[in-house]
Amino acid sequence: MDELYWDWGFALEVLPVLLQGAKVTLLATLLGSLLALVVGVVLALLRRSRLHFLRWTARGVIEFIRSTPLLIQIFFIYYITPEIGINLSPLATGVLALGLHYGCYLAEVFRAGIEGVDHGQWEAARALNLSRFHTYFDVVFPQALRAALPATGNYVIAMFKETPQLSAITLLEMMQLAKIIGSENFRYLEPLTLVGVLYLVFSLIAAIAVLLLERKFPPEGFRLR
Amino acid sequence: MTFYEMLPLLLRGLGVTLLIVLLALPISGLVGFLAGITRLYAGWFLRSVVVVYIEFFRGTSVLIQLYWIYFVLPFLGVSLSAVSAGVLAIGLNIGAYVAEVVRGALLTVPQGQSDAAVALNFSAWQRLRYILLPQALANMLPSLGNLSIELLKATSLVSLITVADLTYQAKALADLTLQVGLIFGTVLLIYFFLAQLLAALFRALEKRVGRGLKRGGLQGG
Repeated sequence: MDELYWDWGFALEVLPVLLQGAKVTLLATLLGSLLALVVGVVLALLRRSRLHFLRWTARGVIEFIRSTPLLIQIFFIYYITPEIGINLSPLATGVLALGLHYGCYLAEVFRAGIEGVDHGQWEAARALNLSRFHTYFDVVFPQALRAALPATGNYVIAMFKETPQLSAITLLEMMQLAKIIGSENFRYLEPLTLVGVLYLVFSLIAAIAVLLLERKFPPEGFRLR
Repeated sequence: MTFYEMLPLLLRGLGVTLLIVLLALPISGLVGFLAGITRLYAGWFLRSVVVVYIEFFRGTSVLIQLYWIYFVLPFLGVSLSAVSAGVLAIGLNIGAYVAEVVRGALLTVPQGQSDAAVALNFSAWQRLRYILLPQALANMLPSLGNLSIELLKATSLVSLITVADLTYQAKALADLTLQVGLIFGTVLLIYFFLAQLLAALFRALEKRVGRGLKRGGLQGG
């Protein structure tokens, strides 16, 4: 307990191991984001369904998942899947939990994006006798996506920052490796600080990337097809 | 093990969860308001300290901050109990988000309000206390309500540093009895209920704060 100094030698020794863990972290974030996008779009459309039942179910699911802790959802999926005969790896379990959790956040973002499209656009699509499909894919989605982009980017970054929770189900991502190194060497200072710095660096880079992407996008949206 | 035999353990866990929420909420509020106001009005030195705090705590995740406070601080001579580490990490983390909400809300108050206060010879403190904050509060309450739910959800992480909260008890019981669906289902429902409670509380606050503003004719709805 008397080692107050920062040991650069030890830090440089553990950095490559942590960077290996960073690959798993980034992979989980990438796959989780893709799943969240799909879940988000589906739930956002269900929220706008003509059927009362579907609308309310989607709303309930979104509200429930958003207001309960991700950690318990991770445990729930981790424990329940073997019982119903599905064997998922820790990575797959984590991706599923992250995707579902953030899909519910994205659903609200996409819904707001769709509802934010000017009323005149819908009326014009109707006046031009466009089908429901063409209205959505050629008129509404391009504009809604543009509006939803900044918030979507922020949620992807938020998801990235929640990946350390996957260490609870033994996924060997950055945080889990740092904890193992820490307990083996009785030195938590360097590994845990490095993980913090790496997260800070990654999320700053991601925040800048989202900002640049936002500028690249034409304000009027873009063609989907 | 029947459900009734599990109940006492779950309730004890719920007590710990509530304790952490009740301690971390005021800390995050206090730190958040101080940091948000400092970031807007203080001199460059204090301002940069606060910016570093906000960006640092928002840029890394709660779990890292929790581990850092619990595992690393003892090496630097500060030993905290698991519960204190949890309260501190969660309070400071959510506080950083609160600070940004407070700052954003203060910026939405029209410049004329501030000018009028200066013209009436209000001191800086009076301007903040009687003119700016009351109007900003109405704008920030919905976001603060959401953050209170984020705080509730974040308390589940203290189970990972051996605090016997609701999540910890649920996992222990699940390991012991393997009645996974029942236990986690119940616990999710409890968290959901608590979140609804917080949401209702903040909606009531919103109504209470909005009432005065409507009467003054400053803002509609």
